[in-house]
Amino acid sequence: MNTASNTIFSPELAARFDKLVTIYPLRRSALVPMLLYAQDEKGYLSEEVIAEVAARVGVTELDVRNVASYYSLLRMHPVGKYHVQVCTNISCMLRGANEVFAHCKKRLGIENKQTTADGLFSLEEVECIGACSWGPAAQVNYDFYENLTPDELDKVLEKYRTNAPPEDK
Amino acid sequence: MAYLVNHPDVVPVLSSRFGKGATAIDKYLELDGYQSARKALEKGADWIIAEMKASNLRGRGGAGFPTGMKWSFVPKQSEKPKYVLVNGDESEPGTCKDRLIFEHDPHSVIEGVIIAGLAINAKMGFIYLRGEYRYLLKIMERAIEEAYAKGFLGKNIFGSGVDFDVVSHTGAGAYEVGEESALMESLEGKRGIPRIRPPFPAVVGLYGGPTVINNAETIATVPHILRMGGVEYAKLGTERNGGTRLFCLSGHVEKPGVYELPMGYNLKKMIYEVGGGIRGGHELKAVVPGGSSTPVLLPNEIDIGMDFDQVGKAGSMLGSGGVVVLDDTVCIVEFALRTMKFYAHESCGWCIPCREGTDWLKKTLTRFHAGGGVSKDIDNIKYLAENMMGRTFCPLGDAAAMPTIAFVKKFRKEFEDHLDGRPCPYAHSKEPALV
Repeated sequence: MNTASNTIFSPELAARFDKLVTIYPLRRSALVPMLLYAQDEKGYLSEEVIAEVAARVGVTELDVRNVASYYSLLRMHPVGKYHVQVCTNISCMLRGANEVFAHCKKRLGIENKQTTADGLFSLEEVECIGACSWGPAAQVNYDFYENLTPDELDKVLEKYRTNAPPEDK
Repeated sequence: MAYLVNHPDVVPVLSSRFGKGATAIDKYLELDGYQSARKALEKGADWIIAEMKASNLRGRGGAGFPTGMKWSFVPKQSEKPKYVLVNGDESEPGTCKDRLIFEHDPHSVIEGVIIAGLAINAKMGFIYLRGEYRYLLKIMERAIEEAYAKGFLGKNIFGSGVDFDVVSHTGAGAYEVGEESALMESLEGKRGIPRIRPPFPAVVGLYGGPTVINNAETIATVPHILRMGGVEYAKLGTERNGGTRLFCLSGHVEKPGVYELPMGYNLKKMIYEVGGGIRGGHELKAVVPGGSSTPVLLPNEIDIGMDFDQVGKAGSMLGSGGVVVLDDTVCIVEFALRTMKFYAHESCGWCIPCREGTDWLKKTLTRFHAGGGVSKDIDNIKYLAENMMGRTFCPLGDAAAMPTIAFVKKFRKEFEDHLDGRPCPYAHSKEPALV
C-alpha cells in the first residue's frame, strides 16, 4: 500500500508511513511507531486504523492487535481532545502527586480513565514519565508539566480549556 | 524544559554542552563535536575498545557492566549484519537523566553510536526513545537529519569510505522494554517480551545479528572518553568505576534535580550538601539509591561512595542513578505498595513468578495498608518476594522482589504498626480519599 492507494490518513502521514516501512531491515519494525502516529492523528486505534496499518506493515490484523494491546500508550477507544496523564509513581507521590491527581478528578468531575461529557478532557493515572526530579509531573497529550500543585494544575487545565496550544502531532 | 542543576562539586563531562545550544550541529561542532568520531575512524576498532576498557566506564542503565568489555564480546566475523542499539526507554521510577541528554546534547548520542559502530564494525544504529518523550524524538530526528546533511551519517561518513546509518525509533509505553532483549523484540515490531539467554545479544541480537545495546547515557559518554582519553576519564571516578554520572535526586530534598557528579561521590553528602538536605524541618527516613528496583537504605547506611561496588557492598545497587529520598512523613507500607503497583502494571506476563507474584503482592499490600492485614502477611510478603528472585527470564521479577524484601526486613516494625494502629498510623499527611 502506498500514498496513491486509498488511505484513511492525511496525505502527510500516509507519505511518512510510506517512508517508515523502508528504513528498517525488516518492515515490521515500523509497526509500533506507525500505530502511535496513527493514534495521534485519529485519536485511537479503530478497526480502520488497525486494518490499514496491518496492510502497510504486511502482518495480520490479529498481529497488530496483539502488539497494540501490550503498549500502554496505545488504546482501542477514544479519549478526550486533551488527555491528562498524571504520574503518581514514587518520586511524584513523595512531592504530592496523589493530591494533584485527586484535585484533577474533582476539577474535571471524572474518575481515572474517564472523559468529560464535552469530550475536551480525559484523565489517566500513569506510571513514571521520567520527570522524577521535577515532580509532581503530568503530561497533557505529549506536553510535560512539572512541579505541579493543585493550583498549578488548574492553570494548566484552564490554558487548554480557553486557549489551547496548537496540537502536537 | 528539563534542566541540570549546578553545584560546586559538579564535574561537567557528559553535561559540558548542556544549555549551550548544542542541539544545533554547528554549535556542537564548535564545542569539539564529532572530533572523537573522526579520531575513532582514524585509529580503528582495537584502539576504541582499548580506550573504552581503560576508561572503566560501566553501563549507566543499571547493571553496571563494563562497556569496553561488552563491545569486545561481539564476534569480529559475522555473516549477519551487526547493530548498535541505544536504550533511551528511560522508565525506571526515580530516573530522569537520559531526557536531559536528548534534550541538550543529541549529537553526543549520535556520535557515540557511530563510535560504537566502528568498534564492532556495524553499519547501522538505532536510537530507541520511550513513547512519552515525543518532544525529544523531534530533537533527535532533527539532529540525525543534520548529521546526514553534513555527511557524518550515510554513505562514506566523514569521507572515510565507511557507511553508517542511524535511525531513531519511538516506543509506545512499556517499562519492560527497557530490558535489553525485550527492547530488541519491541524494535522488531513485537510485544516487548524478554528472550531467553544465551544466546546473548552480542552474538544473536537484533534481526538475528550481533548487537551492542547500551543505555543512552553510556553512549553519550563515549565521545567524551575518546576526547579525554580513557585513562583520564577513569581517574575522575573510583577503582573499576570510571568517570562521572548523572544522579537524579528526587523526593524529599530541598533541591531535587539532576547533578553530574564523580562516581563514588558520597551519598550522604549528595543528599545533605548537593541536595540541600531534607525539606523543611523533617528527618531522613530512607533512601532508594538507584531507581525503584534497588533495595532501600537506612539513614545509618548512607555514608558510602556512590559507585557500583560500594553500593553493592552496602546491600543495594547503584542502578540507574535515581536517588529517591524519603523523609519521616512517609509510610513505608504505602511506598512499598506504590512500588509494587508499578511492577504489577509493568509485568509483561511472560513468566509466572513475576506475573502472579507482583499481582499477589500488590493485592496483599493494598489490603494490608488499608487495615485488613494479619500478622502472617508480613512474612508472606517477604516469602513471596524471595521466591520470585531468579525465577524469571528478565530482571523485572527481581526488580519487584528486591525492594520489597528490603522494606520488610528494614521496616518490619512499621508493618507491625499497621496491625495495631489500623488502617495506617502514618497517614497524617495523606489525602484522605486515597488512603
